[in-house]
Amino acid sequence: MKPAILEVRNVTKAFGGLIAVKDVSLTQYQGEILGLIGPNGAGKTTLFNVINGVYKPTSGEVIFEGQKISGLPPYEVVRRGLARTHQIVKPLNEMTVLENVTVGACFGPQNLPLEAAQEVAAEVIEFTGLGKYADVLAGKLNIALKKRLEVARALAAKPRLLLLDEVLAGLNPSEVAKMLDVIRAIRDQGISILMIEHIMQAIMSLSDRIVVLNFGEKLAEGSPDEVANDPQVIEAYLGDPEMAKRILEEEEA
Amino acid sequence: MKLLKAPLFWLIVGVTAIFALLPLLSNNITLRETLVLSAIYIILAANLNLMIGYTGYVNFGSIVFFGLGGYLTLWLVGSHHWGLYSAVLVAGVSVSALAFLLGIGILRLRGAYFALATIGVNEAVKDFVSNFDVWGGSEGIFLPFTAYKAMGGAGKALWTVYLLIVLVMGSSLLLSLAVRRSKFGLGLFAIREDEDAAVVLGVKAPLYKTLAYSLSAFLPAIAGGLYFFKNGSVVPEEAFNLNLSIEAIVMVMLGGQGTVTGPTIGAFLYERLRGMLLTIPGLSNFHMVIAGVLLLLIILFAPGGLMGWLYRIWPRLRRVLE
Repeated sequence: MKPAILEVRNVTKAFGGLIAVKDVSLTQYQGEILGLIGPNGAGKTTLFNVINGVYKPTSGEVIFEGQKISGLPPYEVVRRGLARTHQIVKPLNEMTVLENVTVGACFGPQNLPLEAAQEVAAEVIEFTGLGKYADVLAGKLNIALKKRLEVARALAAKPRLLLLDEVLAGLNPSEVAKMLDVIRAIRDQGISILMIEHIMQAIMSLSDRIVVLNFGEKLAEGSPDEVANDPQVIEAYLGDPEMAKRILEEEEA
Repeated sequence: MKLLKAPLFWLIVGVTAIFALLPLLSNNITLRETLVLSAIYIILAANLNLMIGYTGYVNFGSIVFFGLGGYLTLWLVGSHHWGLYSAVLVAGVSVSALAFLLGIGILRLRGAYFALATIGVNEAVKDFVSNFDVWGGSEGIFLPFTAYKAMGGAGKALWTVYLLIVLVMGSSLLLSLAVRRSKFGLGLFAIREDEDAAVVLGVKAPLYKTLAYSLSAFLPAIAGGLYFFKNGSVVPEEAFNLNLSIEAIVMVMLGGQGTVTGPTIGAFLYERLRGMLLTIPGLSNFHMVIAGVLLLLIILFAPGGLMGWLYRIWPRLRRVLE
């Protein structure tokens, strides 16, 4: 078994009385794509925010490459090689695509000077298929391109672990296919990926393993097949399959 | 250095030279006194732009740096018999350091709350100085005439100070250009566009914001020192004049926030406009009304200011004038 790159240990995050994430533990191994799924409000994005330092966990800790990163501010976390994208895109609107990606390259773990960062950014922009938009203001891009810009910016940091938060949401099927190619290409570079996704076909085909969250707690963990056939998971998504049958039986009786 | 290849670099050097030489060669004191005000306005606007235009934090109290610089300089020159050069340098460094400490605190606030805090800083300092006997309290500091003797008499000293103010103006513009083209500037722009995103991308926002705030205090403090030395006196109402702070915002917005050229053009145009309005009888302080209306119109119809509008109709200009 490959060494772990990320360990989430008993993480709980409460906002006042609301417990968004409750005692969640998970381990991600190097080079693997780990899928994180669960119904709306299950705490997936909150868990991302705890992992990359936007929130401090109420209890528990996050270990990245053997070092504790929980409690560090986000800019320290990314400097250690852990980058992320946002579900709700956050483009730097009045800056060009190239400048946006240069920010990622400049302030990432490599801490590159401006000119070297611009070169890295140009490469990443080509790699993610944003080449012809390099000089376009980020605010003028459509949503599919903004999502790709999110990925490009995170990638420009040359992270060893990349957190992708619903990069496929809101894309049409051909855009999804293009993004999937990008994600596979990222994995082939040896970058580990932890991704939240709602499009089941995509996450089932991409992920090596999947973790399911429901109401802030870990419901299941395993290969895509195991998770898809887990009765608890089916219930969380579709409701109790036996319920209709029971109601029918009760009415007959 | 790459900066030397930028057309704008040479434009700045050229404009600075014109400011210096025009009154000097014609020995025209009236022209000098007009240009000195333009130069001061350009200094205030250019440095304020580092906060408003580059970092996205509206500083309503930027004049506090100018005033404190003036006070420190006159105090060192008047009471401690320092030379002007060392006095303004110490004033610049001290005010900058003070801004850094202050910034650590108030830059935790964002948006309107930060803007309000900056007004508070200016008013608090004004009240403090008004009651600070070492600095003359509400009567301020008056320089003895002998202070100019070391510089070859008042007539010569005023020319020297004028040239120094022009030098600070040129430095302010070069600073704007250098920051704009640096990694530090890129980080500031990222903070302006979306601070949360910038932090996630690795920008140390708390440090960067504080450095920008501190940097934007340095040259205005020196300019304040020179300006009030030239005047021979400094009083709280003049040093910490909130109106001038707000006028500086109008200049930045008028020319185009976030650009190097914009605030300069805005400051120059505003000074001309103000000069015109002041000479019309019966309209004293009417320029403040115009400033308010102007600010409103810019924010509503041309948030990019003059440069934003020019870039829109002529995008290639962006590469030359930045």
